[in-house]
Amino acid sequence: MGSVKKKGILADLKESFTKRFFQISSLLVILILLGIFALLLYTAVPALREIGLREFLTSTRWDPTSPEKPEYGILSMLASTIMVTIGALMIAFPLGLAVAAYLSDVASPRIREIVKPVVELLAAIPSVVVGFIGMTLAGPLIARIFKLSHGLTALNGSILLAIMALPTIISISEDSLNAVPVSYVEASLALGANRWQTLISVKIPAAISGIIAALMLGMGRAIGETMTVLMATGNARAFPHGFLQSVRTLTANIAIELGEVPYYTTHYYALFALGLILFVTTFFVNLTADVILEKQKRKLR
Amino acid sequence: MDKKKRHSVKKIMARAGRASLFLALSLLFMHHQLTAQRKMIQIKGSDTMVNLVQILAEEYMAKRPGAAIAVLGGGSGTGITAIINGTCDLANHSREWKTKELDLAYEKGVRPRIFAIAVDALSIVVNERNPVDKLTMVQVGSIFRGEIKNWKVVGGIDQKISLYGRQSNSGTYSFLQEHVLNNKNYSQEVKEMNGNAQIIEAVSRDEAAVGYVGVGYLLDEFGQLRKGIKVINISKDENSPEYSPLDKNSVYSARYPISRPLYQSTSGKPSAAIADFIKFELSPEGQAMVEKEGFFKISKELMAANEKNLK
Repeated sequence: MGSVKKKGILADLKESFTKRFFQISSLLVILILLGIFALLLYTAVPALREIGLREFLTSTRWDPTSPEKPEYGILSMLASTIMVTIGALMIAFPLGLAVAAYLSDVASPRIREIVKPVVELLAAIPSVVVGFIGMTLAGPLIARIFKLSHGLTALNGSILLAIMALPTIISISEDSLNAVPVSYVEASLALGANRWQTLISVKIPAAISGIIAALMLGMGRAIGETMTVLMATGNARAFPHGFLQSVRTLTANIAIELGEVPYYTTHYYALFALGLILFVTTFFVNLTADVILEKQKRKLR
Repeated sequence: MDKKKRHSVKKIMARAGRASLFLALSLLFMHHQLTAQRKMIQIKGSDTMVNLVQILAEEYMAKRPGAAIAVLGGGSGTGITAIINGTCDLANHSREWKTKELDLAYEKGVRPRIFAIAVDALSIVVNERNPVDKLTMVQVGSIFRGEIKNWKVVGGIDQKISLYGRQSNSGTYSFLQEHVLNNKNYSQEVKEMNGNAQIIEAVSRDEAAVGYVGVGYLLDEFGQLRKGIKVINISKDENSPEYSPLDKNSVYSARYPISRPLYQSTSGKPSAAIADFIKFELSPEGQAMVEKEGFFKISKELMAANEKNLK
């Protein structure tokens, strides 16, 4: 009797220990996230105090090492980031949705088996390789098509980011299209709609929240991407007036300047403020995507 | 019961504390031994100088078995920052120390000693298909400030000038800003490249391009001008003749208007190992290698200053 009880206690101990371990692990992830946020905030605050929020957010000139007057306006870089991202989504979203619809509705199982892994493989290409393609292939092509002297433009960045956002958009849109109950499709077909009509007016509306989530996640990927835009967009600081101009995104600016900025100067803190803005943006984009996905799951259950 | 428990926890903590102290001490000792054994000299800084110093270091290591030198780029600002923060032994920089940097160094107790090891002729490059082959200093300044926007203005064909430059930590960026742009801002349209080699690459692809690089980057390993680029001859003003940075005589006679010393800095008096390497760089053999890499030997005055700093 005594020994059985002892064994029971041991097993209980083991179980509670395991439980604790997993609890702590999941807590750790949250702590790391909070830690990064706190660190960014802590390092960014001196910059905002020294520069002033108004100059920081509304000036278009960024020139921290200027001998005339150091300036810390992020508006040009913010606009560039938004522009390159929107450009990328304008290319990647229609294309990605079309591929997803094809994979879920049209493709034979055999073709699907080939296309799906290829799409996933696209996600595995290192960003520096994509950037290299932009410098040597896409850039010169853009230059020739638009009769420019060089192709290091926002358009180049958008095209490359589109390639990088495609796998996310395709796989999540496809998942949500597949999650539409068969009964919806059958009902539509039974009412005399053809497959195209069923896709456009039944399946896509039913899966719309998942598709929007795919768009948001693709956007998160595009905003945060650094190496590719650094290599492909020319990094000029001017305010962007069109897609055929060189632009510098927030991420590229951090990458260019953080490595060599003297520590604990206004410039150093300002770069962390840029990081904070990026962090908050991508956090909310991803959060929105997650909330939408969760809603859809509940709706279709 | 409770008391006992607390007591044992204390004991364990104390034991853990002692163990970690021991571990830390032994690690420190190991680290000390390793560094003492290797005597690795860490050099960091100017991208313009990285190839030159790398080659000098390789030759030096071949001659002095046991010597170990690692050369990194990153820009002059990076090198100087590293000397201030004590994270490298020798900084390469293609511009002089800024007052702000010197202040910071003195604040931290770092007394830099500066050595000129070579001379660079800052070169303005354009695409080989560009008909323009000479510019005045004023024109170069106006072009990079963004005041002259079309090649037509300086005698070229009617096309928009496409500017290429370095990032703001680069010594070349600062030097040009100070000596050619008269301390005015660069145009916001300048496309910022990561290094000299990337500028050469971009300029060779872009017909409307203009960029600036150290003279050592103009020639390839066979002493030929790199493909696709053209070196612009520079004159002091409209009335003076123009000179090429590739012409040794015009650089040594200071007729080429934008030449500058390339420096190395140590924190305080260089140690025996570092002094030995610097002496090698300044020796006739080292200076011959400097010339072979496309840069220029230092003058007698600079050499005299170096010798003073070595003592």
